[in-house]
Amino acid sequence: MQRLPALAGKLPARFVERELLPIGIFVLLALIPALARLLSEGYLLSLCGRMMIFAIAAVALDLLVGYGGLISFGQAAFIGLGAYAVGILSVHGMGEALISLPAAILASAAFALLTGFVCLRTKGVYFIMITLAFGQMAFFTASSLAPYGGDDGLTIAARNTVAGTAVLRGEHLFYYLAFACLLGTYVLCRVLVASRFGRVFRGAKENALRVETVGFDVFRFQLVGYVITGALAGLSGFLLANATEFVSPAYMSWQRSGELIVMVILGGLGSLHGAILGTACYLLLEQWLSGLTENWKVIFGPLLVLVVLFARGGLLGAYGKLVGRLRHG
Amino acid sequence: MVEAVLRLENLRKRFGGLVVTDNVTLDVLAGELHAVIGPNGAGKTTLINQISGLLACDAGRISFGGHDITHLPAHARAGLGLARSFQVSSVLPGFSALENVALAVQAHTGSSFRFLRAVAGEAALNEPALALLAQVGLSDIAGKPAASLSHGERRALELAMALATGPKLLLLDEPMAGAGRDESARLLRLLRALKGRFPMVLIEHDMDTVFALADRISVLVYGRVLASGPPAQIRADARVLAAYLGDGTE
Repeated sequence: MQRLPALAGKLPARFVERELLPIGIFVLLALIPALARLLSEGYLLSLCGRMMIFAIAAVALDLLVGYGGLISFGQAAFIGLGAYAVGILSVHGMGEALISLPAAILASAAFALLTGFVCLRTKGVYFIMITLAFGQMAFFTASSLAPYGGDDGLTIAARNTVAGTAVLRGEHLFYYLAFACLLGTYVLCRVLVASRFGRVFRGAKENALRVETVGFDVFRFQLVGYVITGALAGLSGFLLANATEFVSPAYMSWQRSGELIVMVILGGLGSLHGAILGTACYLLLEQWLSGLTENWKVIFGPLLVLVVLFARGGLLGAYGKLVGRLRHG
Repeated sequence: MVEAVLRLENLRKRFGGLVVTDNVTLDVLAGELHAVIGPNGAGKTTLINQISGLLACDAGRISFGGHDITHLPAHARAGLGLARSFQVSSVLPGFSALENVALAVQAHTGSSFRFLRAVAGEAALNEPALALLAQVGLSDIAGKPAASLSHGERRALELAMALATGPKLLLLDEPMAGAGRDESARLLRLLRALKGRFPMVLIEHDMDTVFALADRISVLVYGRVLASGPPAQIRADARVLAAYLGDGTE
């Protein structure tokens, strides 16, 4: 959709969509704590905090799916690995974020490197199936980890400390940590997409054969992209474990991977900030509908189908069409 | 004796029971344009795919610039200077024409594992890319997405991409296929301009082009080289006439 930063040029509509919209999203997110206090709606803070944590994994997934054309159905496993790194370390009395954060990211990156080495030999549907298979392997492995809670999961005694201080226990500070991580993830992904690496990575989605025959080893570029995506999902897992003070195999379930793909598609593939919008929309809808009725999924499912059918390009696509219609009357 | 840039020795390839490349031996000399012709299904594209590394050979040997490349992957062969075009234009549709060529320039200009600097403004990539677009007559449409180019423009773009990789040999798989009369004339001029600067393997159905450009012609029939020699000799070869030229193609 808007994959050509070089040519975005002077089109104001493009500028609004590519620059102002993301800035608006982040300004709004930065103001949420103040807003929550003003409206004395405490749950707003935890809801948005949770949303940002998932948005980190969704933005990373958009890098892979929207720019690399690699539909991974195993993203949840990387989140879970990051979360389990925090949980397992805390069981052994290690509650220091300066240790557990790198451990979470490295664990997920290493898993991505090992599985990516196999997965990326395949294409299309086979890639989807094999990432799903590796994700389920991680899920069942976690379920059978009896010393770490098995099926029931693992309660973490307390949030991680940072250099011995308990700063993460402050709700506002924790919120802004998640905010900084999301902002960092977004900026990193945007820079990557526009770099030399990003051009080859995007090119492989357009026409892998052509990219190969001009002299690039496409596999290596995709592997690097896959590992970066996994590492960022590990970061998301680190935050998730600390936010909920609980780790469970359910974090790795394939349904969770599917939800992440839906979030990215809902927002609009290949824009990065669309993934943030999609995550927010998904979680808010889930929250609202589940408050209305117990059988909320009966409404939610068809709603998603409608979005896919009638708002191709997701929320951003619909927004673009709306702006276009307003402009041209 | 001029040195061979590319040498195929006893190349074989079979798909199931069908032998598509049968003991092919041919070479391409420095500066030479070597055309490969043959009826449909003769195995011309298969041969190009074997040379460029998209298909593995069952037997035989390919050497290029003194290297044995028989078992190298396609990207490594491209890295050595083997550039190709495809029978059906193969470009990156969502990229602009400029970005298509700049990507190809990037393939042999420093490492592409650079993650931070924005690539769109890199003069080291854009300047050579623009020069190449000018060479193939596409300067005006550098900013247009490749998907919106006409058929002939896409053919020219593909040539620019091949040239951008700093080739030591061009493998051109029917560069004129599907081009209109004007476009054909333009592409022919372009090929004439490139002739002599790069050794080329040209697969082409258009006999006027082949006989106008080729230094040597090899005739492929059922995967086998039926005859090989200068155009005049091929034109006079009775077997070729029977197998190919005589069946109304020209």
